[in-house]
Amino acid sequence: MSTVTATDVEATVTEALESFGADADQITRDATLESLDIDSLDLAELSQIAEEKYGVALKGSDAERLKTVGNCIDLIVERAG
Amino acid sequence: MRRVVITGMGAVTPLGVGARTLHERWTAGASGIEGGEGACTAFVPTEHLSKKEARRADRFSQLGIVAGDEALASAGWDEGLPYDPDRIGCVMGTGIGGIETLTHGQDRLMADGPQAVPPLSVPLMMSNAGAASLSLRHDLRGPVFGIVSACAAGAHAIGTALRLVQCGDADAVVTGGSEASLTPLARAAFAQMSALSPTGISRPFDARRDGFVMGEGAGVLVLEEEEAALARGARILGRLAGYGTTGDAHHLTAPDAAGRGGAKAIGLALKDAGYTAIDVDYVNAHGTSTPLNDRAETMAIKLALGERAMDIPVSSTKSAIGHLLGAAGAVEAVATVLALRDRVAPPTLGWEEAEEGLDLDYVPGHARPLEIAESGPAVGLSNSFGFGGHNVALCLEAA
Repeated sequence: MSTVTATDVEATVTEALESFGADADQITRDATLESLDIDSLDLAELSQIAEEKYGVALKGSDAERLKTVGNCIDLIVERAG
Repeated sequence: MRRVVITGMGAVTPLGVGARTLHERWTAGASGIEGGEGACTAFVPTEHLSKKEARRADRFSQLGIVAGDEALASAGWDEGLPYDPDRIGCVMGTGIGGIETLTHGQDRLMADGPQAVPPLSVPLMMSNAGAASLSLRHDLRGPVFGIVSACAAGAHAIGTALRLVQCGDADAVVTGGSEASLTPLARAAFAQMSALSPTGISRPFDARRDGFVMGEGAGVLVLEEEEAALARGARILGRLAGYGTTGDAHHLTAPDAAGRGGAKAIGLALKDAGYTAIDVDYVNAHGTSTPLNDRAETMAIKLALGERAMDIPVSSTKSAIGHLLGAAGAVEAVATVLALRDRVAPPTLGWEEAEEGLDLDYVPGHARPLEIAESGPAVGLSNSFGFGGHNVALCLEAA
């Protein structure tokens, strides 16, 4: 998984959140998941996408530390690294 | 016992989006059946729901949400709930639930393994999702649950909602049914048990009938306790006067040929409403177009209403839209109320050939005015019967 880059993950996460119904203009690293109306079911879907693409999962127990879009990107990059 | 009035109604059917669209098009003799199925081709989910709302709901819930929005708007609830949300319930029926979601999940499982099964599978396919979705959307916090009884589910939901208000568990209930099972699996499964019409023609009570035509859609009613509705100045569309329900305990799918269970349900609904056979002005039949149902139902109507049965117009909404399974009872309750309000018996489309013993007035060809005594309300019955031997009759009236 050495090819995983933050830029790539950011693109993947942004695309996923948009597909979940979040407003594309509002999706930034600093945007909170709450403000984007992204909830636990969306995170389960995001985890599935991350697992398929990078081989890493986000678990239910991660939810507490995932407050922003940046948190999601960083955790995926960290685990894939 | 508290009285319960109908203050709002909505429907999405193969005849289009809207309760009045259903009523007016059916009354005019239009059919929503094309290619042997009653699909809601005019229904585009994203015209009514945001991207997020649409992907958080199986099609059966989407149909219910849109019918529900219409019902609440027609009740004047669109600018705020008139009662404490804790006192408003939501009871929705479905025959099958989210079969499209279930099938998609199964396809993903077979193709790519357990990791590929969508996390939204369970909340979308669960049969109570219709009630849950409406509750969430409109902040309904009273008794909220789904009802499952095959093709009687929509009517069972409405009957259950009636009791919730009568007994004081709620002051209002948003109730009905929805179904979206036009999928290859459901088609094949119904066809394999010879329930579907091989010719793709829905002609209830006609001698040539050969099975039902599958349809999809939703119907939703807003029920309110009468005094509370009057106090808030609600427009009263009709009254849910009575509810009767029985089980055949006869066969898993076939109705009791003598129509005893259906007749008992009709009798109970009339008794519940305080009416007798002579008071009934119109019967909206279950009328599926299957050989067994239409014969057994004719027997049931005769058994319950005696000689009066021969004088009452009896028509089947399924002749125009097909069989909406768990949504049928709800959509047909909506159709019945509008027929009673407009004093018209819509036709049983396609009825041309009589069969021995099937000799009620099935309103062939064209709609006909209902003759109602000027002093009282128009009184109708809506029958719903489901696989499993579930029988429901609703007694509805409109001023």
